[in-house]
Amino acid sequence: MKKTALISVAMIVALLTFVMTMTQTHAQREIIHEERSQYRDVVVTEFNDQRCMLFNVHRGDMNQTCIDLRDPKRLVFSYTKMSFAGLLLNPAPRRILVAGLGGGTIPMAMRDLFPNASIDVLEVDQAVLNVAQEFFGFREDEAMTAHVVDARVFIKRAGLRGEQYDYIVLDAFSGEYIPEHLLSKEFLEEVRAILTPDGVVVANTFSSSRLYDYESVTYQAVFGEFYNFKLPGSGNRLILATKNELPPPGELRSPARDLYDALAPYGVNLMEYPPRLTTRPDWDTSTRILTDQYSPANLLN
Amino acid sequence: MSAVSESSQSTPGVSAGPVEHTPYTRLVILCVAFLNGFVIMSIELLGGRVLAPYFGSSVHVWGSIIAVFMLSLSLGYLWGGRLSLRRPGPRVFASFFVLAAALCLPIIFLADAVMTAIFVAVEDPRYGSLLTAMLLYFLPICVMGMVSPYSVRLLVSSHEHSGGVAGMLYFVSTLGSALGTLGTSFYFVLWFNINTVMWGCVAALLLCASAVMLTCRSPSPVSDADAIAVTSEVGQ
Repeated sequence: MKKTALISVAMIVALLTFVMTMTQTHAQREIIHEERSQYRDVVVTEFNDQRCMLFNVHRGDMNQTCIDLRDPKRLVFSYTKMSFAGLLLNPAPRRILVAGLGGGTIPMAMRDLFPNASIDVLEVDQAVLNVAQEFFGFREDEAMTAHVVDARVFIKRAGLRGEQYDYIVLDAFSGEYIPEHLLSKEFLEEVRAILTPDGVVVANTFSSSRLYDYESVTYQAVFGEFYNFKLPGSGNRLILATKNELPPPGELRSPARDLYDALAPYGVNLMEYPPRLTTRPDWDTSTRILTDQYSPANLLN
Repeated sequence: MSAVSESSQSTPGVSAGPVEHTPYTRLVILCVAFLNGFVIMSIELLGGRVLAPYFGSSVHVWGSIIAVFMLSLSLGYLWGGRLSLRRPGPRVFASFFVLAAALCLPIIFLADAVMTAIFVAVEDPRYGSLLTAMLLYFLPICVMGMVSPYSVRLLVSSHEHSGGVAGMLYFVSTLGSALGTLGTSFYFVLWFNINTVMWGCVAALLLCASAVMLTCRSPSPVSDADAIAVTSEVGQ
């Protein structure tokens, strides 16, 4: 009996110690809305004229999306701005796919810029869509549809139907948990299959952790050489990949000049992007490729 | 451990139960119960990764997997308990592990074919994942569920100690489940391919079967003693 009690106490103490060490302090912001979600509750905060969508309010700085209330058009985050670099490779997209809605800032800007394009937006969490519509001005219309679906499922089905897109933004990696099935070689092959010959994939990736190397070699394995895109002062790295050969960097200046005025209201300075694109690997090329069989992304982050 | 060792002292050498009770036998049965619990949760954890490429990793996919595992285990407990009423012995016990190992092989070899077919046939990923989980996991997990009540039967040699024995078995098998969950989600997926871990589970199950066959023997006058023991226990 004594032994049993001792073991039970030891197990409970071990668990409690673990939990206590993991707990952190709260953040101070004004919360204007909380939306219950199947995944993690979505919180809307306002601070300094910025309205933000957060997933993990108790863990602090986990802003998903922010808008500037004084100038809603202006994009706040540098990775959001950077995702328009794909326009250097395909300046006039007609079928756009955005995986990961957030506040809907990327699809809304695309809608303004390319009124004739059809846009599909994928978001796994209905609560995020509700909040985007209610607090971030996201609107669907006849040419722009939001699908509450896992991106992998939608893209696999689009491939089976033979549908193709010429501008694909992969931005489904947000919050604490990384959807590991959206990082594997097999997934990227499915993405490549729905890409038109002149299309471009713009992927927001993990830049600071070990995942940088893993993601880089996996994209390389599927798309071959790609443009690696970083801006000084921002912690983000975006990957710009195409189905065929990349255009040489010199050819990117003219689309940058042509689109500069259109993108200026969004705070996107397209002219400074071309010199920042490089194909030179700055990662460990001997890293293991992520596959459906091997994708421990959450453990590598 | 106390309940189990006490029972051995009360019936030294002679056994009315389905196996000859030596300390060694008891240890082996507890170990295989532990490994069985370990393997069940390891396979469940991997299940989420097996299904994700076709059905995503939304909550409903985890819902499907957990529901199917719980259903399989519940029926496994029921049928394992039933089976333990008729001539329980180490050979049947060992065969559970061999059967479970064999039933794990389709998860390794047929998962992609099964999921491709279901993905095309079923539009809604909730029902697609539920159907897939049923097809791939119901049988092996059901058989693994049969291990628990059956091992209670093999270890219990007197009524007074039955609760202690059952508690001990729940303890080791659920502890195994806890470690299987942690080990798989923290380390195995970082070190190995999914299928490599699955092969490890198959190997662990076969190891259980051989350990049982090597160490647990039916008492020499098998049929009569058993029949009497069983009828008397059921009767009361």
